[in-house]
Amino acid sequence: MTPAAPLPRPGPAAASRTGSAAAAARRSMTARAVLATTLGPGGRTVLSTMRSAPPITLRRTGPDRVHLVSTAAGPLGGDDLALDIEVAPGTTLDVRSVASTLVLPGPGPAESLMTVTARVGAGASLRFAPEPAVLAAGCRHRATVRLELAAGARVFWREEFVFGRYGEAPGRCRSRFDATVDGRPLLRQEFTLGDPAVDTSPAVYGDARCAGSTLIAGFPGSPAGDGRERRGAAGICRTGEAVVGDGWAVLPLAGPGILVSALAPDAVVLRRRLERGESEAIPAVASPVA
Amino acid sequence: MGAGHDDHHHSPDPHGRALRLGIGGPVGSGKTALTAALCRALGETLRLAVVTNDIYTTEDADFLRKAGVLDPERIAAVQTGCCPHTAIRDDIAANLDAVESLEERFGPLDLVIVESGGDNLTATFSRGLADRQIFVLDVSGGDKVPRKGGPGVTAADLLVVNKIDLAPMVGADLTVMSRDAAAVREGRPVLFTSVRQEPEAHAVAEWVLGVVHAWAREAGRDHGPQPGHESGHESGREPVPSTAPRPATTAAPPPGR
Amino acid sequence: MGVPAANAALLLLTDSRLPAGGHGHSGGAEAAVSSGVVRDLTTLAAFLRGRLAASGRVAACLAAAACALGTAGPAAAGRPDEDHPAGWAGLDAEADARTASPAQREASRVQGRLLLRTARRIWPSPVLDELARAVPSGAHHPVALGAAAGAAGCAPGEAALAAAYAALTGPATAAVRLLGLDPVAVHRLLADLAPDLERIASAAAAPPDLAAASTWAGLPAHAAPALDLLAERHLRAELRLFVS
Repeated sequence: MTPAAPLPRPGPAAASRTGSAAAAARRSMTARAVLATTLGPGGRTVLSTMRSAPPITLRRTGPDRVHLVSTAAGPLGGDDLALDIEVAPGTTLDVRSVASTLVLPGPGPAESLMTVTARVGAGASLRFAPEPAVLAAGCRHRATVRLELAAGARVFWREEFVFGRYGEAPGRCRSRFDATVDGRPLLRQEFTLGDPAVDTSPAVYGDARCAGSTLIAGFPGSPAGDGRERRGAAGICRTGEAVVGDGWAVLPLAGPGILVSALAPDAVVLRRRLERGESEAIPAVASPVA
Repeated sequence: MGAGHDDHHHSPDPHGRALRLGIGGPVGSGKTALTAALCRALGETLRLAVVTNDIYTTEDADFLRKAGVLDPERIAAVQTGCCPHTAIRDDIAANLDAVESLEERFGPLDLVIVESGGDNLTATFSRGLADRQIFVLDVSGGDKVPRKGGPGVTAADLLVVNKIDLAPMVGADLTVMSRDAAAVREGRPVLFTSVRQEPEAHAVAEWVLGVVHAWAREAGRDHGPQPGHESGHESGREPVPSTAPRPATTAAPPPGR
Repeated sequence: MGVPAANAALLLLTDSRLPAGGHGHSGGAEAAVSSGVVRDLTTLAAFLRGRLAASGRVAACLAAAACALGTAGPAAAGRPDEDHPAGWAGLDAEADARTASPAQREASRVQGRLLLRTARRIWPSPVLDELARAVPSGAHHPVALGAAAGAAGCAPGEAALAAAYAALTGPATAAVRLLGLDPVAVHRLLADLAPDLERIASAAAAPPDLAAASTWAGLPAHAAPALDLLAERHLRAELRLFVS
């Protein structure tokens, strides 16, 4: 394994409440980052495109690994940020972030937008697992993910939301996740936050302060969808059968994929529950050799 | 007794399906034990499947599976959401679905038994679900139950009084029960049994076999009246076939012990 | 003859006495009661509000789309063409993609199958026959409900209202039975949610081309993660009075 480049220092988004004051000072930003791989000689992954601008900067930290680094506070209200990812057939990409994202209110009523679009080719593999998004008081955030998988693509996609900083009521957020395989819908799910009567419903988040999910598709041993043969992960899952634990569940989807879903009182527990479910879903994925 | 198989194979049942037999009755009267007895007695002769409606998860289905009286795959459990009578009378959709799924998987079948969850004396099967129905009482409910009547006691095609071995202990007079039942049932049969003592419930099994054969004959002869049957009955309320034990003889309670 | 202000068939479709197997399902309420998160009127009200905002909203939108697809003609629904490349199977797949929990998918399909069985006898229609043929394992309940509503002469907004309402009444009735709550007080909770029901139904019927697959992709997909956990836990419960 090639030794990874040293991690960049945490950006301002890792910071605390002082971020709010700093954020309020800056103007809203529109930025688009692009990340693409091509298949190089000998089947190696080449990071052919890596373009970014503040507040989100991309930094290569390994042969096929990239970290998202926040180089300005936010996103905050009024920001319009986009990240386009193209994983060419047969290549591998691992996207992480240095620190959690602190989503803050802006100077005006405008929403902050974060749109991630990813296309994963046949035989390609994408791991996208940034640190959680913390939805600070007063924020108005809209997160959109469009994930287009070719048949035979592999993906591990983790999303985590923290409902406000410690002791704080969260702002508003609407997150939409759409994943298709070969054009067919695999998973469509929205998380909304901001109406306490709904958020605290025992049907929605209950008393949880964090919610997260991991979509896993295309890995050996992962299911081929309802009604088809699936080799049990550690003999626990059978065809189409879920595994449920304390605050987490492994949910085989109707299409070729598994969703690990978790609720938790804090971000540490959330991650632990997701990782527990992930290891249940596919033992090999829990400790990836990145 | 084995003729039924060949008959079915050579001339498929114009009903297009098996006879559906409902078994209902109060909690603890022995519905599941009777169902198991019928499976024991008829499992070799008839192509059978069972739908249970226990209110508790799949306990009845599990009991039957453990009893080893029938291929476990042929036993389906339906949850009724606290309302066993709704599932057999007012909203039979889930039970019909279970019956048809079994017929689809294992058919053609001769008999599908639908065992109701334990309920009260007013619970009867919809004619949309059961072609014939048995109502099971036990003596420990008291010997006044038949006199009180209720749709199950009066209208079931067969009334079974179970646990007669307990009669002396609970002070139930079987003669009284027999007389009262006959009075409210207008000649429809009543059988006394103790499934515990007689695990194949022969008399009940014989009655069931009779109605299954009558069902097949009725199917084989279009809609014409059967020899030995009264005419003028609609098919859903066909009188008991002559093969069934007559209440007068089989209902004779054992002498008080 | 004028156009009726509302279709009476809507009442039949939403009546809890419609013999379509609904009484055996608690919509997660039994598991919520077992785990203690629903224990009285207050917690039931919160449960219902969240269920309506998430699952109820999604069901309403799918039902409206199914109603529109069914009434667009059997050709659109059954035999996909250029304008409608997906048909019933496509809409059903959209419901699948919005139901991550296998337990909830199964409950939805069983209820859809039972409803369709009943509806085909009450409102015979080639559209319903096509749906049964296109999704032999049983269409998702909102899809079956929307199709049945269409066959019964209802409009997409009415189908949506029926679906949103069904998302509430199952758990509400189950809670009455399981907790012995005052049934009048529980109906009062439902009445309090009536404006939300209407708002959700109107929004569900609003998109211009509900019969088009391109519209379905963007329909709401609100998740209810706690409900998913409850549904899976329910399947593993020792004591279970309701199917779901």
